[in-house]
Amino acid sequence: MFALVFGALVVLGAIYAQPAPLEETVLVLPSPDEHVVQPPLEETVVVLPSPDGHTGTVVVQRGGERHVLNRPFAASRTSGGQSEMTQLSDAEVRQSFGAALKALPAPPSTFLLYFVTATDELTDASKDELKQILAALKERPVPDIMVIGHTDTVGELETNDLLSAQRAERVKGFLVEIGIPAAQIQTAGRGERELLVPTADNIDEPRNRRVEINVR
Amino acid sequence: MRWTLLVCLFCFAAGAVAGDVGRIKAATGSVFLERQGGRLPATVGMPVQESDSLVTGADGSAGVTFSDSSVLSVGPSSVLAIEHYAFDSTTHNGHFDASLKKGTLAVISGKMVKHSPDAMRVRTPSAIMGVRGTEFVVKVTEPGS
Repeated sequence: MFALVFGALVVLGAIYAQPAPLEETVLVLPSPDEHVVQPPLEETVVVLPSPDGHTGTVVVQRGGERHVLNRPFAASRTSGGQSEMTQLSDAEVRQSFGAALKALPAPPSTFLLYFVTATDELTDASKDELKQILAALKERPVPDIMVIGHTDTVGELETNDLLSAQRAERVKGFLVEIGIPAAQIQTAGRGERELLVPTADNIDEPRNRRVEINVR
Repeated sequence: MRWTLLVCLFCFAAGAVAGDVGRIKAATGSVFLERQGGRLPATVGMPVQESDSLVTGADGSAGVTFSDSSVLSVGPSSVLAIEHYAFDSTTHNGHFDASLKKGTLAVISGKMVKHSPDAMRVRTPSAIMGVRGTEFVVKVTEPGS
């Protein structure tokens, strides 16, 4: 009897003494509330027209099946293992995707400002436009801004590199003045290396004396 | 773990650092960023990094703008993993792999797709999508929800 009990204890002890590999396996499993999606009930993909009216293409590959969506509101849908290409309405898309679409950040945009010859002074027209640009920038939450200065081809390459950097810094100053953190504004001077209107050397071209503001 | 958290907090405090690929531009309701096993409440202005997952609660939605000008947003009860992201601002070469595990997603593709049409891929549990310069939406509904 004693031997039996002792034997059982030894066996139990051996089981307890074992590392618990099962527990480790359990630990590396992702939490069940997310990330683990068993065969989904339904998936929908819809191509939307962009604001300029252009519609691109999305190719949906599902197993051996391939749906090419290239018309406004063309959709690929799978439900319970059955897939189909279909067409949704604007209203249906708003209904299903309203919250996501509302949270979609404004697409990045670009503004141009022009300068008086050989200076970092804005032209009168650009001074007027600056107010509207600043107002548009202010509407963006946490903007990331790239300010790129350019010159025309009058003068030396090195002088123009310097002037273009000065123009960019001047514009950065305007942005900082309205409260955009300097850390979110990068500047670069491209000199006469990236002409908006291609010209020969030493050509006074007002459209090349510019600063480009890229905001996203 | 505590150090990881401290380092993460420091990264967020420091703003844009190497490894940042985008920034949260909109966040309403409960929104989290999962990074390296940790989960941080996501707020507007927070940088997003490769391998992050954007997670929203039943009342949540969030939008992110990436360095190549792609914009992505998710609606309520969503999990979006930014699996791979790289973008060269000089050549516009890059690749972008995102995976919607559940919920809703809206996408406007950016400069890398304009440069090379196969640069961006979006996965769902059952499909993989190639993107040729466009705006589109995706929804994954779990069984029983």
